[in-house]
Amino acid sequence: MSREEISGVLGYRTPEELLGPEGTYSRGMALRGRIERGMVEEISRMKREPDWMLRLRLRALDEFERIPYPRWVTGVDGLNLEEISTYVSPDAQRAGSWNDLPGDIREYYEKLGIPELEARFLSGLTAVFDSETVYSRMKEYLESLGVILLPMEEAVQRYPDLVREHFSRVFPPSDHKFAALHTALWSGGAFVYVPKGVRVPQPIEAYFIIGGSLEGQFEHTLIVADEGSEMSFIEGCSAPMLKKYSFHDGMVEIHALKGSKVKFITVQNWSRNVINFNNKRAIAEEDATVEWVEGSIGSRITYTYPSTILRGRGSRTSNVVVGVANGPYMKDTGSKVVHAAPDTRSSIVSKSISNGGGVNVYRGLVRILKGATNSVSHVECSSLIMDEGSKAHTYPHVQLEEPTASASHEATTSRLTEDQLFYLRSRGLKEGEAKSLIVLGFLQGIMQDLPIEYVSVLTKVIQVEFSEVGGLG
Amino acid sequence: MLDVDGVSVDVVKDGSAKRVLEGVTLSVAPGKVHALMGPNGSGKSTLLYAVAGHPDYRIAGGRISMDGEELLGLAPEERALKGLLLGFQNPVEVPGVRLSALVLVSHNKRVGAGRALLEARDPKFLARMREVAASLGLSSDFLNRDVNVGFSGGERKRAELLQAMLLGPRYVLLDEPDSGLDVDGVRIVAQSVKDMASAGAGVLLVTHYSRILRYVVPDEVTLLVDGRIAGRGGPELAESVEREGYASLRGRS
Repeated sequence: MSREEISGVLGYRTPEELLGPEGTYSRGMALRGRIERGMVEEISRMKREPDWMLRLRLRALDEFERIPYPRWVTGVDGLNLEEISTYVSPDAQRAGSWNDLPGDIREYYEKLGIPELEARFLSGLTAVFDSETVYSRMKEYLESLGVILLPMEEAVQRYPDLVREHFSRVFPPSDHKFAALHTALWSGGAFVYVPKGVRVPQPIEAYFIIGGSLEGQFEHTLIVADEGSEMSFIEGCSAPMLKKYSFHDGMVEIHALKGSKVKFITVQNWSRNVINFNNKRAIAEEDATVEWVEGSIGSRITYTYPSTILRGRGSRTSNVVVGVANGPYMKDTGSKVVHAAPDTRSSIVSKSISNGGGVNVYRGLVRILKGATNSVSHVECSSLIMDEGSKAHTYPHVQLEEPTASASHEATTSRLTEDQLFYLRSRGLKEGEAKSLIVLGFLQGIMQDLPIEYVSVLTKVIQVEFSEVGGLG
Repeated sequence: MLDVDGVSVDVVKDGSAKRVLEGVTLSVAPGKVHALMGPNGSGKSTLLYAVAGHPDYRIAGGRISMDGEELLGLAPEERALKGLLLGFQNPVEVPGVRLSALVLVSHNKRVGAGRALLEARDPKFLARMREVAASLGLSSDFLNRDVNVGFSGGERKRAELLQAMLLGPRYVLLDEPDSGLDVDGVRIVAQSVKDMASAGAGVLLVTHYSRILRYVVPDEVTLLVDGRIAGRGGPELAESVEREGYASLRGRS
């Protein structure tokens, strides 16, 4: 798909505007109320899960009850887990063709241009609506190469050993309260397996939509890249304009085996009433490479810290984190890397843009364990503050336990000044255009990490965000 | 005609307003060069900012019009798109934005590229950009640098002129385009001013020294002292300022 065509699909409106106000659609069933054993068992029963998965969920539930609320979590006072539906199924059978989806569900994806994107650009696509995967399809030739792309539940049924070997092994539920909650309640999502030496040429995408207010979405993505394989995965999400809030607590686990290469790109564009928690972690084995690109644009508040554990010698990771807080919203983002083997490399680049009262927080942790000899880490945080009243905070932590390793950190904050704004306006640019130009310039260095199709999309998104009509509502 | 008619200006700084200009009247005709001279702090830059619509420069009286159209009440970008261009004395750095991108976007605004401001790339315009840059002694690598970031004083002046020449304004306000330049630099600036005027633009050339006026002979000269007009005339007025300095003019108005 050419750049022009994609811009044609997306036009110049935010996904929230494209989807419009929250509407009605045919729903199957919903679970709500106190989060306890009965609810977890009910979810597991509906999914006809093997016993080990149920036991895993129940262990996670125990952890959820045991672990206190993280103290650093602010801004989610409105979140009441007992008033949200923790499971909502749309009234749709899972389809392998868009035509087989009920029109009212299909329409959401069509408005966002997802089917066109899939046809022209993707190797495969999984679409999650509320709590269930409603669509999943992969190009046929990949199947013959042994690549697996399945809804997570179906993978549990069809490849129990493979799933069991990796599921919740990368991100244990005991790590924090919301990871535990996720594992207890997970529903929907994608499983990807790339066999040894196979290179998946075009990205696989997962697209998540939350259709209504007071819903919880706990989708789970598990990627296993076998030795020497290569793949990239794109995750997108959005929701219509919600009357009340909804809650997203998703998880991504990546296991990159020896010499494999995985790139994971997120374009988060939730509507303004979504409280967004993300749990993203990868393990990189010997000589494996994991790249995260995390673009946080939408949502009321986002917590996301893509992390990599460099477990094998010579493994490397590059984490690019972009946070746009435009309006009275907050992005609490960052990245975490643990160097647990010799000759490992990590690079974290964080760029945040705060405008119209927005707040960005960067939290980073780089830990180089004793024995991770000759490992190198570099962290670069830049914050752009567009006006008075917008803020950016940076909390980088480095724990260097290995004397032969090195870790460096750079942080810069720049502010858009009245003089800059007047200068650009005196050239004929409206305030929003001037801001777009500055933001795009600020992001220029990281655009090269994105597929060309998404550079164009991101450019549009930024222009929409900072144009007079977009964003600040 | 660009008409400044009895204009008084209050400059707002840190919340308080201060009267800087009082009843200033002057006009700039298409195709002509009008030199505005005066000592430091006389209000020359203030007049340019006020004409360009800087929000901190409030018009307390009088009117400003361009070819009969009232400018007061218009945003700076609206004035720019109607054909006004301000070349800054000390243009600000804009990190991340390449000079070529700024010029292109500004051009696209003027030719009505709609919302494809960043995408539309007219090859003819890009070629002209390189050509004009070369005429100002700027390389095409220079066009790829971030606006004013790390530019020398002379490079900043030339980058301002580059924009003025490429964006085809009807009226150009140049704020000391010659200060801090060596003789060759002043010659290049003077040539650009002449080129713009002969292409039909009205140029209001603010200068502290008369040096540049040896290379570009103004059609009119106005002296501004302590925020008021202190004299009007032709090129001979600039020469007398050079001989006698500004001191003798103080208090004459």
